[in-house]
Amino acid sequence: MEFLAASPPYVVAGFSVRRVMLQVLLALLPVAAVQLWLYGPGTLRLLAIASITALACEALALRLRRQAPPPFLRDGSVLVTAALLALALPPSLPWWLAVFGTAAAVLLGKHAYGGLGQNPFNPAMVGYAVLLVSFPLEMTRWSAPGAGWDALTGATALDALRTGLRESYTIEEIRRGAEFGTIGAADAEWVNLAALTGGLYLLARRIIRWQIPLAMLLGIALPAALAHGLDPGAHAGAVFHLASGATMLGAFFIATDPVSAATSDRGRLVYGAGIGLLTWIIRSYGSYPDGVAFAVLLMNLVVPLIDRVTVPRIHGHPKS
Amino acid sequence: MSARPAMRGGLRLDGHKSRPLEQPVFVAAPPRTAVVALDQGSGEDARPLVTPGATVRVGTRVAAGRGGSADLHSPVSGVLREITVLPTPRGTGHCLVIDADGRDEPDPGIAPLDWQALEGTSLIERLDAGGIAGLGGAAFPAAAKLATGREAGVDRLLLNGAECEPWICCDDALMRERAGDVVLGARVMLAACGAARATIAVEDDKPQAIAALEAAVAVCGDGRVEVLGLPAVFPLGAEGPLIAAVTGREVPHDGLPPQVGVVCHNVGTAAAVARLVRDGMPCIARVVTVTGSGVRRPANIEARIGTPITELVAACDGYTEAPSPRHLIAGGSLTGRALATDAAGLTKGLNCVLVATADDLPPRGPEMPCIRCGDCATVCPAGLLPQQLHRAARSDDADGLARFGLADCIECGCCDYVCPSAIPLTARFRAARARHRQHEEQRRRATEARARYDRHQQRIAAEAEREREAFEDARRRARDGAERSEPASDASGGPERD
Repeated sequence: MEFLAASPPYVVAGFSVRRVMLQVLLALLPVAAVQLWLYGPGTLRLLAIASITALACEALALRLRRQAPPPFLRDGSVLVTAALLALALPPSLPWWLAVFGTAAAVLLGKHAYGGLGQNPFNPAMVGYAVLLVSFPLEMTRWSAPGAGWDALTGATALDALRTGLRESYTIEEIRRGAEFGTIGAADAEWVNLAALTGGLYLLARRIIRWQIPLAMLLGIALPAALAHGLDPGAHAGAVFHLASGATMLGAFFIATDPVSAATSDRGRLVYGAGIGLLTWIIRSYGSYPDGVAFAVLLMNLVVPLIDRVTVPRIHGHPKS
Repeated sequence: MSARPAMRGGLRLDGHKSRPLEQPVFVAAPPRTAVVALDQGSGEDARPLVTPGATVRVGTRVAAGRGGSADLHSPVSGVLREITVLPTPRGTGHCLVIDADGRDEPDPGIAPLDWQALEGTSLIERLDAGGIAGLGGAAFPAAAKLATGREAGVDRLLLNGAECEPWICCDDALMRERAGDVVLGARVMLAACGAARATIAVEDDKPQAIAALEAAVAVCGDGRVEVLGLPAVFPLGAEGPLIAAVTGREVPHDGLPPQVGVVCHNVGTAAAVARLVRDGMPCIARVVTVTGSGVRRPANIEARIGTPITELVAACDGYTEAPSPRHLIAGGSLTGRALATDAAGLTKGLNCVLVATADDLPPRGPEMPCIRCGDCATVCPAGLLPQQLHRAARSDDADGLARFGLADCIECGCCDYVCPSAIPLTARFRAARARHRQHEEQRRRATEARARYDRHQQRIAAEAEREREAFEDARRRARDGAERSEPASDASGGPERD
């Protein structure tokens, strides 16, 4: 009797990139739902535009790179990029800017480096940064209904806080403004809650691991608490920072993009903490009200170094 | 018995072990023709001691070990037909083909061993002569390991009954039914290696085996032997992780277990030792699991070494027709070796024959690029970063491969198992190792060639020097002779004498 050749191991769990990406999309549903509730159909419009553009760009890039589209187009990674970008954009953004941003994310952020698994930068944040740097006015013009969500660089709570502080108001005075909610920004605290819910789902399903989110949240919360403790009039507290801007979306969905993150457990702690700290610094001292996007891109730059110095000890090798 | 913190990483897997364990170990009849591979699984051929036509009996020594291989004994009585290259569980290799005469007569030299009267080293010599090899799969001579342990002054003998890999359950069956043999073997090995304590480590998904062993320990009353339950995690039964889990000691990456005071043997090896001292019978049989959906009645079979796999399968009522078997695997589903045919004979290192259908081992999805999710690093028992190793292997980066620990990979397959991109990581690492060995070999040859060339040049230079000196000498002598002979030109030209 003849048998087939194979190489061990002969059994695998049957996980797939597609499954990972679909789980991430599922976990983004609460965020999309809250945004829909806060800002109306603008969110859906952006999600649709970004998704279609992303798939078209992916197909084009695969064609140009002479790769077989079926496994790649179906892997869902490009839809995650599109969804993250769309949920970070002001809902009233002109359609052609959404197309431009998504194309930059997929073509420049991902395929210019070799496609899935090769990109050193988070593609969605590349698209976001390109838009923010090129079209600052449109990117900070938020839709009228509600107070408007500040997303990654919103014109709301974080912005009001920064402007207010510059005009020498104290935190207490500033927080009486309509932009502010119970614990954070009026609307962003709901979005953050939704992102936290989705993130905990991803943790429970083991799609992401705890190191990056926890380190990033601590990286924001610890300096915020310290500064607030030293000078409560000039610095917002930890809870405000955690419940404002793109903190939770960044911690659970953006910083955890495995391709552009550090790869060892220890490296991921460093990477997450770095993003958190940079976010807090940019929010507190930079000229952008929120800094998640730039903090992520900056830490992406440091990943090769982090990976180099955080190689875990191999079994049977001496410590050091 | 207590569960200890296990190793890093690892997988909790579906064992697929219940079907063969439904009935007791089936003792197979001796084969009509035994195909005894000279390489029993350790990677080294034993040296044949008999020539075709020789008459052998059960237990007659037919091949001598060479350091990395143990002595081989005839599993049947009969006549050696030929020594030829045939399929083996490791691919192909030289095999002794012995036609059995059906009488199954034991060799006259076989007699029980009074092991308690023997001192360590002479006991080890007797075990060596019994052809005891590692029945866990490595088939390395047990006596050599015991001797190394004795020299190093080890304090602990570790008997590996973890049997963590799916499908394999021959050790479980053995421990359930022959716990007394395992404990006796442990005591003999203690005497041989000089350790103070023996620990029989068993994963706690085998409560019957643990109970049987504990009862056997109680019967013999030897307080030096203990039974330890471990969590059932793959690959806790691999030597390095097992030693770390039981003793908390890490074997250095460039060292061996005796360096941390441990000698590690499989429980099946201990049972073979017991059989040797009790009956005097060398290692000529073992228990092997024959399982998978491709055989009608999966079973643990005690069969003679050299029994063709076809006969083992026949003892399980043969292959199924639908679903039809796709793979024949020597070993388990994570580290076994896929065989092309079922002609190979049972070896000491073969613990499992897995006849797998497509349902048992579903084919993998298409390979995708690595997304650096790091799941492979989470499950790696050696603490490696397989994703980084993979990148280094792709670009053939020798420095990266060394830095990320290619040499420390134990090829357990855990990283492959969890990889969402379906990357055949273990296969890549094996290939990288093969390339590395090839490079080293080429470098060694180049160095040798250079040294040979240098020696050659030196020899030529020395020869030239000698010739020049001889020439100078001759010229000097000729000149001296001429000067001396000139005044005496009238003298009769006799032979020169100086």
